[in-house]
Amino acid sequence: MSQAADTVDQPNITVTATAQTDSATPKTKAKARGVSVFYGAKQALFGVDLDVMAHQVTALIGPSGCGKTTFLRCFNRMNDIVEGCHVEGSIVVDGVDIYSKQQDVVQLRARIGMVFQKPNPFPKSIYENIAYGPRIHGLAGSKGELDDIVAHSLERAGLLEEVHDRLDTPGTGLSGGQQQRLCIARAIAVQPEIILMDEPCSALDPIATAKVEELMDELRENFTIMIVTHSMQQAARVSQQTAFFHLGNLVEFNETGQLFTNPRDERTQAYITGRIG
Amino acid sequence: MEKNHIVKSFDSELNELTHIIAQMGGLAEDQLANAIKALVRRDADLAAKVIVQDARIDELELEADDQALRLLALRQPKAVDLRAVLTSLKTATELERIGDYAKNVAKRTATVVAAPPVGGAAGSLGRMASVVQGMISNVLDAYINRDAVKAEDVRARDAEVDQLHTSLFRELVTYMMEDPRNITACTHLLFIAKNIERIGDHATNIAEYVLFLVAGKLPSDDRPKSDLSSSTLIHPEDAET
Repeated sequence: MSQAADTVDQPNITVTATAQTDSATPKTKAKARGVSVFYGAKQALFGVDLDVMAHQVTALIGPSGCGKTTFLRCFNRMNDIVEGCHVEGSIVVDGVDIYSKQQDVVQLRARIGMVFQKPNPFPKSIYENIAYGPRIHGLAGSKGELDDIVAHSLERAGLLEEVHDRLDTPGTGLSGGQQQRLCIARAIAVQPEIILMDEPCSALDPIATAKVEELMDELRENFTIMIVTHSMQQAARVSQQTAFFHLGNLVEFNETGQLFTNPRDERTQAYITGRIG
Repeated sequence: MEKNHIVKSFDSELNELTHIIAQMGGLAEDQLANAIKALVRRDADLAAKVIVQDARIDELELEADDQALRLLALRQPKAVDLRAVLTSLKTATELERIGDYAKNVAKRTATVVAAPPVGGAAGSLGRMASVVQGMISNVLDAYINRDAVKAEDVRARDAEVDQLHTSLFRELVTYMMEDPRNITACTHLLFIAKNIERIGDHATNIAEYVLFLVAGKLPSDDRPKSDLSSSTLIHPEDAET
C-alpha cells in the first residue's frame, strides 16, 4: 500500500492535469503496446497498440465480440478478476506500467475510474454514494472537506441542482439518467485521471444520453475519457479519437472526423456504413 | 462498387438519389444537344421547346434535394455514403446550372435565327458543343460507376473547350470587324460560346466531386486553364490580313 502511494501521488497528479489543460498540443496519457488478452485458451485481443491522448475522449467501437470492452477493462485491470484471463503486453500510464508487480490495483482503480453500462449506485444515500471513495482513500481531512467533495462532484456531474435537497435519500431512488450521473459523480469524487465508460448511455433515454454526452465534453477538461459504445453516432458526437476493433484486432485508429468521413480501412467503412463485412 | 447495406431500404434510397441525378444529367445533355441543333439548323421551334423543357430539370433538382435531405436526416450516412449524398446534392446544383445555360443558348438562338447567318460561326460552336456534350455524358458515367479515371479524363478535356472558346472569340470579333451588320448576331453568338464554355466548367466541377466521392478528397493539383478570351486583343490590321 505504501509502495503504491509513492508512485501514485495524488496532489502531483492534480497539478499535472491542470498544466496539461493549458498546453495546446495533446499529450499522450496512456500507451498500450502489444496488448493481447486470453480467456483460457481463447485469444480475445491480438497485440493492440494504441495511444490515449490526455484530455480527449477516445471512443472504442466495433461489433459485439470484437474485443473493445476487453481492451477497455485492461486499463484498470478489471480483467484480473476474470477467471482464467491473462493479459500480455504493456499499458503505460504517465510513464508507469500498470501491469508491473509494484502496482497496487486498488490505487490504480482510484486513478482510473469506471462507469458501467447499467447505473449501479450503492444501496445507500446519494451522499454516501459519493463520500465512500474519498473516505476510504483518505482524501478528506474533515466532515466539512468531505461535504465539499460531495457537493463539488455532484456539481461537476451536473446533478447537484436536482438532488441538493435530498442528499440523504437513497441513490437507487433516482431516475436512470440521474443514477448514471450519480455513478459518474462517484467516479470523479476520487479525482481519477482517466475515466473508463462501458456503454454508459445504453440504458438511458435520449435526453439523459444528451446530458451524459455534454458532461463528457465538460469533464475532459480535467480528465481523460475512454468510452466503449455500440452507437456510432455517439462515438461521432463525443469523441476526438476513434478506434475500430474487429475480431480482436485494432483495425483503425483515427481522428474521429476523419474516421467517419473517409476511413482508411475497408473493414471500417463496411462497419460504419452498415454493410455486410 | 460497395457491398450492399444490411438495411436494404437504405440501398434503394441511395439508388433513387443516383437515379434522379442520372435523369437530370440525361436531360441536361439533351437540352444542350437540342439547343445547338436549333442553332445550327436555324430552327426557332426547337429552340422554343428547349426553353420550355428546362422546367423539368428544375423540378428534378428539387426532388434530388428532398431525397438527399431525407437520407441525411433518417439514415445518418457515413464515410462513402455521406460523400455520395453530398456529391449528389452538389451535382444536382451543377446540372441545374447546365440546364440554365442550355436554355440561355436556346433563347439567344431564337434571336440569332432572325438575322442572316454569320460565316462558319455556327459550325465552330457546334464543334465546341460536341466536346462539351461528350464531357457531360462521360462525367455522368463516371458519377454512376464511381469511375475516377473517367472523371480525371473529363477534367483534362476542359482545356480543349477553353481553347475552342478562345478561337471562337477571335473568329467572331473578326466577323464583326469585317462587317458591322454582323455585330448583333455575333454578340449573341459570343454569349452562346461563353455559355457553352461555362457548361464545360460545370461538367468539370462534377468530375471533381466524383473524384472526391471515390477518394475522399478533392484533387489538389490545379488544372491547366486555356481560356485566353479575357486577355485577347484583336487589332483591325490583324483582321484584314
